[in-house]
Amino acid sequence: MTPRQRLCLFAVAIAGLVACYLWAFSGLPGFGRYPGPYGNVILKNAITQTNSTGVVSTINFEYRGFDTVGEEFILFASAAGMSVVLRRLRGEHDTSPFDEAANRQLPRTSGPLRIVTLLLAGPLVLLGWWLATHAQANPSGGFQGGVVIATGIMAVYLSGEFLAFRRLRPAAVLDAAEAIGAGGFVLTGIAAVAQDLPFLYNFIPLGTVPGAVSSGGTIALISFCVGIEVAAAFVLIIGELLDQTLLRSTGSSTGGSTGRGTGKAGR
Amino acid sequence: MQIFPFLVVAWIVAVGLYGLVTSRDLIHQIVCLIVVQSSTYVLLLAVGYVTGGIAPYFYDISPHTTAVDPVVQALALTDVVVEAAVTALLLSFAIQAHKRFGTLDPHQLAEFKG
Repeated sequence: MTPRQRLCLFAVAIAGLVACYLWAFSGLPGFGRYPGPYGNVILKNAITQTNSTGVVSTINFEYRGFDTVGEEFILFASAAGMSVVLRRLRGEHDTSPFDEAANRQLPRTSGPLRIVTLLLAGPLVLLGWWLATHAQANPSGGFQGGVVIATGIMAVYLSGEFLAFRRLRPAAVLDAAEAIGAGGFVLTGIAAVAQDLPFLYNFIPLGTVPGAVSSGGTIALISFCVGIEVAAAFVLIIGELLDQTLLRSTGSSTGGSTGRGTGKAGR
Repeated sequence: MQIFPFLVVAWIVAVGLYGLVTSRDLIHQIVCLIVVQSSTYVLLLAVGYVTGGIAPYFYDISPHTTAVDPVVQALALTDVVVEAAVTALLLSFAIQAHKRFGTLDPHQLAEFKG
């Protein structure tokens, strides 16, 4: 099929899709007129039932908690899958992060960038930690917090401190963090089962003040576990991608850009 | 204007799909896939919007204030996480494809039966 034929076929298909979309949208109740019962029921009951004022987190970690276990393990499986897909193939070896072409002129990381990113690293990790532990009060939660923590660690890389960045993500610590995060969530659920309650039942006292740090029972605990898991998963994922820049195939000085020669060895 | 947000959704899907079809680069295709998926955020948030509603957080606001639907917002969060996971995996596949075949052009990749 030529690209032109492909585009014509696509034009027909997209016209049909847009027509179906518009047809479907014409039956919607209209922007701003939310009709469904679930949101209203949850808004009416969430705070009295859980003492947690962050209703989105309440849904994610309480009402839809079982779903979120699956969601977390999607990320877990993705990070694990990436480690497998990007494993070191036969004929590949790590090179030193120092430039091999000694006389190549490289732009240096500018001073202000280094200072700003290194200054930001600590506060970013702290902010992520705060987000991950305040799901029961504010627009925050483990997923957002985990990503911010990972960003803080990435800031060290941005500052040009590649070696320091590598030391910040030893495999053992990351693996342990992933295990604690993913396992902690499931163990919280099983702890409820051990007390003859349903899986992921909120068995921790809910506190008295809505939105306080001590309120919300298991919501805060689960959110924290998710935060650890997400931070570890993202550092792992980004680190895997960065490590690819250091991989070289033996016998080909130009790396992967010359073509198929290296492929067969990898199989 | 009642249907305008939904037209935006349809537009995002359409441009994303156009990019997917015409792209000659795997990384660019992955970005186009992200564009297609981001239409679902707009759709979810548009479906759950209540005129005059606030975000469903009541830390210092009366719980009886009108708020938008929190269920679709939770779903949008799930959506973001799944997208991050899918993107990470797709990017690693693109790296391996480039290592093995030395190209990221899907037309050339189709010639290698791999």
